Amino acid sequence: MPKPRPTASCVPTSNSRLGVSLPPPMEHRQHVIHIWLMLLPALLLLLAFTHWPVVSTLFDSFHSTPKGVRASVWVGLDNYRVMLDDPVFRKALANNLWFAGVTIPLSIGLALVMALWVNERMAGRALLRMAYFTPTVLPMIAVANIWLFFYTPQYGLLEQVSGAMGLPAQNWLGNPTTALGAVTLVAVWKEAGFFMIFYLAALQGMNPSLREAAAIEGASRWTFFRRVQWPLLMPTTVFVLVNAFINGFRMVDHLFVMTRGGPDNASTLLLYYLYEVGFSFWDTAYASAITVVLVAILAGVALLQFFVLDRRVHYQ
Amino acid sequence: MKRKTFLQLTTLKTIAACALLTGAAGQLLAQTPVEVQFFYPVAVGGPIAKTIDGFAADFMKANPQIKVTPIYAGSYQESIVKALTAHKSGTPPVTSVLLSTDMFTLIDEDAVVPFDNFVKTAQDQTWLKGFYPAFMQNSQTGGKTWGIPFQRSTVVMYWNKDLFKAAGLDPNKAPANWAELKNAATKLTQKDASGKVSTWGVQIPSSGFPYWLFQTLSTTNGAVLANEAGTAVRFDDPKVVEALQYWVDLGKSGIHPPGVVEWGTTPKDFFERKAAIIFTTTGNLTNIKANAKFDFGVGMIPANARRGSPTGGGNFYIFKKSTPAQQQAAFEFIRWVTQPERAAQWSIDTGYVAVSQAAYDTPVLKQYGLSFPAALVARDQLPVAVAELSTHDNQRVTKALNDGLQAALTGSKTTAQAMKDAQAEADRILRAYK
Repeated sequence: MPKPRPTASCVPTSNSRLGVSLPPPMEHRQHVIHIWLMLLPALLLLLAFTHWPVVSTLFDSFHSTPKGVRASVWVGLDNYRVMLDDPVFRKALANNLWFAGVTIPLSIGLALVMALWVNERMAGRALLRMAYFTPTVLPMIAVANIWLFFYTPQYGLLEQVSGAMGLPAQNWLGNPTTALGAVTLVAVWKEAGFFMIFYLAALQGMNPSLREAAAIEGASRWTFFRRVQWPLLMPTTVFVLVNAFINGFRMVDHLFVMTRGGPDNASTLLLYYLYEVGFSFWDTAYASAITVVLVAILAGVALLQFFVLDRRVHYQ
Repeated sequence: MKRKTFLQLTTLKTIAACALLTGAAGQLLAQTPVEVQFFYPVAVGGPIAKTIDGFAADFMKANPQIKVTPIYAGSYQESIVKALTAHKSGTPPVTSVLLSTDMFTLIDEDAVVPFDNFVKTAQDQTWLKGFYPAFMQNSQTGGKTWGIPFQRSTVVMYWNKDLFKAAGLDPNKAPANWAELKNAATKLTQKDASGKVSTWGVQIPSSGFPYWLFQTLSTTNGAVLANEAGTAVRFDDPKVVEALQYWVDLGKSGIHPPGVVEWGTTPKDFFERKAAIIFTTTGNLTNIKANAKFDFGVGMIPANARRGSPTGGGNFYIFKKSTPAQQQAAFEFIRWVTQPERAAQWSIDTGYVAVSQAAYDTPVLKQYGLSFPAALVARDQLPVAVAELSTHDNQRVTKALNDGLQAALTGSKTTAQAMKDAQAEADRILRAYK
């Protein structure tokens, strides 16, 4: 049921509506210059720190890395060919898809459940909301250090719990089969509270008469959620989804503390590998090529979400 | 019209002012001291920044014609990122303390100058020869000296004397060789009623930079991982595979934790009595001294074919893109700060190994050694210590080894296969430098 999007009604569509006649051409030009001058600072910053780097990265990715006296030369698609043969890159990409594939649905689902719960009227609601939101406030490096000790074999929190239940000992971060799962869980834990806030805000913005009407009609809680709340939450979901996707490729801070991509690249993610190539190996050209791939993935997903998903969303 | 005149006037005035200022600056420059920007990393606990600032202030008091500006640059990794990025943009620091293993990277980037040009007098020669040879292995290549040892460390063994006593071992006698280490670790390993291990006999960390810890085993087994020119490695040497097999077997015998062991939590595992013997840096000595609630010992790495351990830590480098006057000033600061008295003070304040025998001969460090003999173990190990693994394209080559080590330790590859793969990858990377 696509409805026209709300037009920005605060902006007058014509000057006459405000009772002002169009300014003479000379003044009009000044007006335009004025607008551009106002836009200039932000525009310059964006160009200098976002758009220009993207273009120069693309340019660099077709060149070799300058090393000392050896200048950089045009190598065409060589860096991309290297990437295809690079087992660590492929591993990082596969890991990242898995990481994103798990964190996105899990953190959004969890956020929704938590939001629905703390939206209810109950004792200790404020405390619960705060508790859910705390992980978001903490810096990722601090979080990673906390979790590092949660996962510590023998006396870590996780081991103490599983040990009390008689489960065998585990080296969560030191085992290639569990390392990626362990760092993914941290990401979910960190993200869910943040997304909960958006869902909570959306739930609170809903008209209470909807609930009353549903109650009068005798709709069950599930029907009310599925038929009323969920569709009305769609705009929020799209927004959260975009953020979750970006974070799925951006969140690597905890790797520096917890696994450094190990054991044997089992928990390496794209951005972490990119940092390694760029700032440990100093292979800036190859790092540029990886950046281009990463940007392409993210841009593709963002466009898909904005143009396809957005159309199916019901805006009030 | 009026506005235009005003603008013109302003422009003229600005130009005039600029010209005046430049002239003034030129005159000022002749009188101001040579400024030396100095990047330093902080990799261990303690008031490092305060000590460094104190050194700079003392140096400037003695040498008013030089102005040293110490700049804290983060961890070792962050420091080299900052220094190299600054170099690439044309304005590097004049000098910086960076990892000794970064030598080849800095040479390849054409970022640093050798110290040989500055060592002129016989006194300078004596100073350069005064450093422990073990530290100079990572500071010299191709007959030139590229780094001056400053904050250096090495891997040593720590053991819990209480647990030794409980296991019926002599608490004052550390395992001296591989066989003794394995025996002791077997006796030290404790299990609870359900058969779960509550204390591991020995623990060698393997996260992040396992190659460094592995060098304690490969070196004692008589292997050398890389050549002096940094252009070839021997990861698939049977002695290397054998050393790795020993490490893997410790885990298989159930006396060493399985999988990859976290470097960061290893000291804590030791405090918690979860590991009876650990291998870690001398840099942790102060930390362990402060936190271990039991009597502990510090010893050399157990021998096999020979004794040995890798060195680690940071060297001074002088950057190419600075003026000769600045480079000379930096050299004078470096020579001053590595004099025995300063090196001794630095060692006591930080826990780093003093870089010359002369420093250990100073009264202050002698006194400290008497009151805390554990601090001298690193020094005693230095005569048998070897260079930390370092080659051209260093981080990539060490990553190849790290991945192989972790693959073997987690059981996803056999030791021979893991080292064969690491060798192939390293050969591929080093092709360009042959």
